[in-house]
Amino acid sequence: MKPGNPFVRMGHATLEGISRLGTATRFLLQILWRSGTSWRRFHLIVREIYSSGVLSLIIIVVSGLFVGMVLGLQGYQTLRTYGSAESLGVLVALSLVRELGPVVAALLFASRAGSAITAEVGLMKTTEQLQAMEMMAVDPMARIIAPRFWGGVISMPLLAAIFSMTGIYGGYMIGVRLLGVDDGAFWSQMQSAVDLRDDVVNGIIKSVVFGFVITLIALFEGYDAVPTAEGISRATTRTVVTSSLAILALDFVLTAFMFKGA
Amino acid sequence: MNIKDGSIDSSIDDSIDGFIGSAKLLTCEIVYMRSICHLLVMPLECGRFLLLIINSVSTENLVDIRRVSFSYRNRSVLREISMQVPRGKVVAIMGGSGCGKTTLLRLIGGQLHANAGEVLVGGQNVAQLDNTALYRLRRKMGMLFQFGALFTDLTVFENVAFQMREHTDLSEQMIHDMVLMKLHAVGLRGAQQLMPYELSGGMARRAALARAIALDPMLMMYDEPFTGLDPISMGVIGNLIRRLNDALGLTSILVTHDIEESLKIVDYVYFVSNGRIEAEGTPDEIRVSQQAFVHQFVHAEEDGPVPFHYPAPDYAQDLGITDMRQAGVGQA
Repeated sequence: MKPGNPFVRMGHATLEGISRLGTATRFLLQILWRSGTSWRRFHLIVREIYSSGVLSLIIIVVSGLFVGMVLGLQGYQTLRTYGSAESLGVLVALSLVRELGPVVAALLFASRAGSAITAEVGLMKTTEQLQAMEMMAVDPMARIIAPRFWGGVISMPLLAAIFSMTGIYGGYMIGVRLLGVDDGAFWSQMQSAVDLRDDVVNGIIKSVVFGFVITLIALFEGYDAVPTAEGISRATTRTVVTSSLAILALDFVLTAFMFKGA
Repeated sequence: MNIKDGSIDSSIDDSIDGFIGSAKLLTCEIVYMRSICHLLVMPLECGRFLLLIINSVSTENLVDIRRVSFSYRNRSVLREISMQVPRGKVVAIMGGSGCGKTTLLRLIGGQLHANAGEVLVGGQNVAQLDNTALYRLRRKMGMLFQFGALFTDLTVFENVAFQMREHTDLSEQMIHDMVLMKLHAVGLRGAQQLMPYELSGGMARRAALARAIALDPMLMMYDEPFTGLDPISMGVIGNLIRRLNDALGLTSILVTHDIEESLKIVDYVYFVSNGRIEAEGTPDEIRVSQQAFVHQFVHAEEDGPVPFHYPAPDYAQDLGITDMRQAGVGQA
């Protein structure tokens, strides 16, 4: 094999990618297979919801508020041109509930909680904690990996909902309190335009899928990390990059599926 | 429901009573059937249990490694190695770094499987055990990892209690008392509420030792227990290994390259090099051995059967001196 040959390198990289995808799928199946213990001992999952979800709250709330405020400013400016500034509530709510809530919250979740999960699991591997657990006849997949996985899957939609909620409040603060959009019109138009099935539920479905993918990538990268300082640093970077790309690509796919045409 | 109509009320009551009655009957049936099943299964279970006891007591060697070979991909690590670890003894496996000592421990613990040969622990072939049986066997093993491998998110107390919480239904009070006893045995009762990052290297190793003996294992394995410790901590760990082994009736395997400390406490030594057992004997035999490998190891000689230089092509040729000389000769 000539290492310099670009075709050989490309083939090698493709094969490696397929092999990693296979390993990750087996990893996912193992998590699902060994999730019984986590659900029976729910406090393990609650603990992970705390570290992935509750500890991400500040960044989610602050970002949501600012995103909502920016939406309020930008939306007001555009809508006023067409004389429909009262529809600001609809614009803010739909943008957040359908797209920005799930996607931006997921990107933040990947950077805050995903990287933390990878670093933690990777370090547990490096410091032989996972091996020690195996030698104590405790399955690390059941005790460490599965609770983190379900903790992430449960946390993500809750965080996305909180993001959208604070975002809408941010839009309200700017639109109604600062720029003088009518209070009643802001809320009533929002109420009549936002559909539970098409907007809210679809947003929740997106965030559940994102939570599933981010947590799986984070755990797999940590578990598969080369057990050195450099290996963990690479794994953490890969988690953030791969998760972010996966979120954006999946968002397009899911939106395409949910799109109802004209 | 019509409250005024007493007849409807009473019929509902009757049907509820009937339902409860049949449920009770069904429960009794199930309990009865289960008892019969238990009675049928009991002799089998007792037989298996007795067999297990006879098996484990009758074998004089708790660990028996028979002609084991192991390789990582294409790199051969162990070549037809055989060794025995008798019950109640402390046995050391020594050798230079990367000679396959830790691999041997992993083979015994079932984390790796040999390419050839068999590893027997308490008469059971580790490689042939299914996951459940392997985990059952591991509950009787304790392992001290090189740097302790304490769970960094738990206090020292919770680290020691970990296995008790995972594998037993002991009450909180009982767990508390047992953990304190284990910590007292290693001298860390006062450090029970500290986090692992607050411990020194020696203390972390002792805390990990308390955790490893939490469920009173029959076999203790120590992976490089002396690495990176000051002389006092080294002595403390060495004494603990010996004392715990004798007091708790354990069998211990010590993987180390610290010859001085380990010769003080072990009963038998195996020297591993290049995937083979180069020498073996009691500490006294090892001290006076004239075998080249043992002599080099015991006296820490730089060169010998274990060469100082990693295999490489000719030095002069690597530096390009030979070519220059040849060129010089050509010019002359």
